[in-house]
Amino acid sequence: MSRVHDMGGRFGDGPVDTAEHPAFKAPWEARAHALTMAAMPLGGWSIDARRHGRETLPPATYMAYSYYEKWIAGLADMLVSGGVLSRDEIASGRSDGPRPDIEARRLTPDMVAANAGRMVPYTRDDAPAPRFAPGDAVVTLARPGNAFVPGGHTRLPAYAAGLKGRVLRYHGAHVFPDTQAHGLGEQPHPLYAVAFAAGDLWDAPEHPRDEVVVDLWQPYLGPA
Amino acid sequence: MGLDSTAQGRHRCIMPHDHSTPGHALLPPEPELRVKALETLLVGKGLVDPAALDAIVDQMQNHVGPRAGARVIARAWTDDAFRARILADAMPDLIDMGLTGAQGEHVVVVENTPEVHNVVVCTLCSCYPWPLLGVPPAWYKSDAYRARVVREPRGVLAEFGLNLPSEQAVRVWDSTAEIRYLVLPMRPDGTEGLDTDALEAWVTRNAMIGTGLPQAPA
Repeated sequence: MSRVHDMGGRFGDGPVDTAEHPAFKAPWEARAHALTMAAMPLGGWSIDARRHGRETLPPATYMAYSYYEKWIAGLADMLVSGGVLSRDEIASGRSDGPRPDIEARRLTPDMVAANAGRMVPYTRDDAPAPRFAPGDAVVTLARPGNAFVPGGHTRLPAYAAGLKGRVLRYHGAHVFPDTQAHGLGEQPHPLYAVAFAAGDLWDAPEHPRDEVVVDLWQPYLGPA
Repeated sequence: MGLDSTAQGRHRCIMPHDHSTPGHALLPPEPELRVKALETLLVGKGLVDPAALDAIVDQMQNHVGPRAGARVIARAWTDDAFRARILADAMPDLIDMGLTGAQGEHVVVVENTPEVHNVVVCTLCSCYPWPLLGVPPAWYKSDAYRARVVREPRGVLAEFGLNLPSEQAVRVWDSTAEIRYLVLPMRPDGTEGLDTDALEAWVTRNAMIGTGLPQAPA
């Protein structure tokens, strides 16, 4: 049920290329980053919708594309599905004409400067009460997946599904990606840092005391 | 395809495969041209201002980077009250220090000790504390790091030249939500008497992710 981006724990990848490279290996990468940020207000897309846009690339494309190629592909698909650009426009490279209905959403250089240190928190007050506290034993859903949209966006990694863990921290209630990514509203839920023992996660843990901590929303968890 | 340039043609199905071909597959083959194609269309429609793109690029390339995080770490090494505060809740002090921005809304500082070494990853994408560390390095976004560091952190850290003693447990933080983790490394021996400015030079970016330790400046 998991999707191609959900690769934690996967076997087969070689050594990490630890060499330092410029943050953007070519000018087009910086442009791809900036264009994505500037385009988000056009469709009113959330960070969750943006992630979903990349994760729904066909698996072969996702794996073949470099990091910023994924950004551009995800952006193109969102612009089409959000009605900002048509397939014809993308195929021809020719604009159908201006969009007075949404041009007020255009980002200006002044807005970029004004937004530089701006923060848009993801915490919300209006949410279900937390069911767990630090120290509590919890168990994650046996099958990670979006409960609202088949094959949809979720943030419970497959490697941490169906496992017993322990609540390490309570982060407050946060916007729920599983709904927000699909335009189904913020529906905030309590968010916890949950620790899993390496021995519970992996067949051959490197060290008995190692742990992985995953930030998980309350709907992913039950009492252990 | 693309001959009909009227607004009415926007949603018309001209080719049978139009509804099955995702937008990205219609872009030119070269990555650079794909970006250019989208930028040109959006600029042409009055929806993107190229000067705003220049401003975003300038901000990412010239105004954010790991020196911001290093200021926080060096201060924590020299100011016990600050250290205690940021371990309990980092945000008020980060706001005071002006270290704010997108992807830095909910920073949690995790402390290395002789018993625990912390390392940060985002297995599902590439979540990273931009206002403190800048944009992520290539290795952080790589499939190999994302796939392997949760399962074999010690093996991965060894590839970075970091070999942890068995007395130290590894705690890997997978950034699956909007919490952004910053590792507070242990202050290295040999830095006694240095002030915060001098200490900042010891704080490497990788030390704040957990794939390295502080190092004497070259």
